[in-house]
Amino acid sequence: MSTAVRARDLGKRFGRRWALSDCNLEVPAGRVVGLVGPNGAGKSTLLNLAVGVLTPTTGSVEVLGSRPGAGPEQLARVGFVAQDSPTYGALSVEDHLRLGARLNPGWDESLAQARIARIGLDLHQRAGRLSGGQRAQLALTLAVAKRPELLLLDEPVASLDPLARREFMQELMEAVAEHELSVVLSSHLVSDLERACDHLIVLGESRVQVAGDIDDLLATHHRLTGPRRDPADLPAGQQVISASHTDRQTTLLVRTESPVHDPSWTVSSLDLEDLVLTYLRNASKQASAPTLEVLR
Amino acid sequence: MIWLTWRQFRAQALMILGALAAVAAALAITRSGVADLHDVAGDQFPQAFAADSVYPGIYYVSAAAVYALPALVGMFWGAPLVARELEGGTHRLIWNQSITRTRWLATKIGVVVAITVVAGLVSLAASWWTAPLDAAINSGAEDSGFFSVTRLSGLLFGARGLVPIGFAMVAFAFGVTAGLLLKRTVPAMAATLIATIAMQVAMPLLVQPLLLPTEEKTLEITTDNMRGMRVSPGTDEILSIGVRLDDPGAWIVTNEIVDSKGQVATPLPLPKSCMPDEAGTAKVGPPANCAAAINDAGYRHHVVYQPADRYWTLQWIETGLLLVVAGALISFCFWRIRRDPA
Repeated sequence: MSTAVRARDLGKRFGRRWALSDCNLEVPAGRVVGLVGPNGAGKSTLLNLAVGVLTPTTGSVEVLGSRPGAGPEQLARVGFVAQDSPTYGALSVEDHLRLGARLNPGWDESLAQARIARIGLDLHQRAGRLSGGQRAQLALTLAVAKRPELLLLDEPVASLDPLARREFMQELMEAVAEHELSVVLSSHLVSDLERACDHLIVLGESRVQVAGDIDDLLATHHRLTGPRRDPADLPAGQQVISASHTDRQTTLLVRTESPVHDPSWTVSSLDLEDLVLTYLRNASKQASAPTLEVLR
Repeated sequence: MIWLTWRQFRAQALMILGALAAVAAALAITRSGVADLHDVAGDQFPQAFAADSVYPGIYYVSAAAVYALPALVGMFWGAPLVARELEGGTHRLIWNQSITRTRWLATKIGVVVAITVVAGLVSLAASWWTAPLDAAINSGAEDSGFFSVTRLSGLLFGARGLVPIGFAMVAFAFGVTAGLLLKRTVPAMAATLIATIAMQVAMPLLVQPLLLPTEEKTLEITTDNMRGMRVSPGTDEILSIGVRLDDPGAWIVTNEIVDSKGQVATPLPLPKSCMPDEAGTAKVGPPANCAAAINDAGYRHHVVYQPADRYWTLQWIETGLLLVVAGALISFCFWRIRRDPA
């Protein structure tokens, strides 16, 4: 299977702050990939690096096998909706479609018109007077109608109310099914992505915490509950992600490829949100660890 | 992309072009009257021009428009060009269409530069309108204060011909650069305004005298070539003496009184023959033997000047220099936009 996004030791520094570091990723093509992490985790930085708006400080990133933004052909293959769905406030919806048609050789005018009609946008309305949801839809229309192979969406639903959120995701999924797009979309809420995505990347503290197909992630992570014991006793192949203890009981979250046979554990499955939050909690613990060392 | 550039830019473009068109129309309508007046007044044309009820007003307005043009172009056309995109985040929309950033910037700059050339035509229109006046000055018409200042002087050199277009190009390029670096429109506009005014002041004062080697002349002081005298009121010493060269449109860069050894002699004592007599003849200038008295004491005019016939050579040199500066700024913008401008 081909690769949509490949990052090697990718890092980006703004002044003295690393927005993204040691990022190694292989995002397969043909998937809908969720990029999740708290605000400031580096999601936007990663996406902006992937479209070439930013250039890496360290390492490299390849999108569909080429350097991002390398030339018009490469730009035509990737659609991007930036955070807050920027549009030209003084230009009308129609002007935006004309802009898309003139600047993209692969422009699909009938697709664009059909989408605008379905969303119910007035062609003569200025983009500056659209609601947040309508603006997001307009930006998505521009990105989809250029008929890219890969669509990157940076927090496309962050500014939308729950209803608009659901409609937007539905529209997106229809476009994906219709045009066989690969998609990477970011959010700080797992619930936005859960239904739509089949692959997940968790970013925390400017690093990739875990990445994989959602089915695999759910199948290999287990919550183990049992009498209190030391997590170091576990058999090889069971990687402890987190551990918590009461006086008599231990709860572990482990990652393992093979089933857990030890009868002293009660094994339960995780939902995606628990899994993501566990990794993110670990990330912030690691990030603040040096301070704790000093305090001790 | 040309369509989009014009669509984004047309409001600012039409605002400034409209104002300039009004100025150009006033110039076009009144030009034949100015030419007629020149033919009628002959040697007295500058005085006749100054006495007219309309022409001086049009002269000042058109000169002001030509002087304001670079700052307007830099502030309203240059500074927002990239800054507004970076400020509004729309660069992330437009840089992800199937067009490279370099081509995007090249188109934007190309369109605005072409329109700036059109706007710069107002300078050529103003030069055409004042041509009778410049011709009269260069052929030695009677002195008449402001309207006898040669077009070669620092005051007017940037208000006629090609130099204003060069100024406008530098201001535009500076505006684009400032916008790219500051990423905000209003600070970029402010920086552009300051830089443009600084350039318009510095060019005539510091750069224009260096563009071509100047000529030097040491002249006898005669009643004929003497053009006024400044005397210190308390001490009755001569501070300076105005001079008229036999090259009427020349730009006098420095004019000093030197003694027989060639040293600057001012202030120098005022000879008795230059004092006003009891009848108060001083009201119509120093008596005829005043100049002779100063001259006989060994003093001479020492004049550094640019001859009038170098006007176009100097225009081309200064314009070329400005275009090189503008080109360097634009090249920097292209280099910068390929990196991490946001």
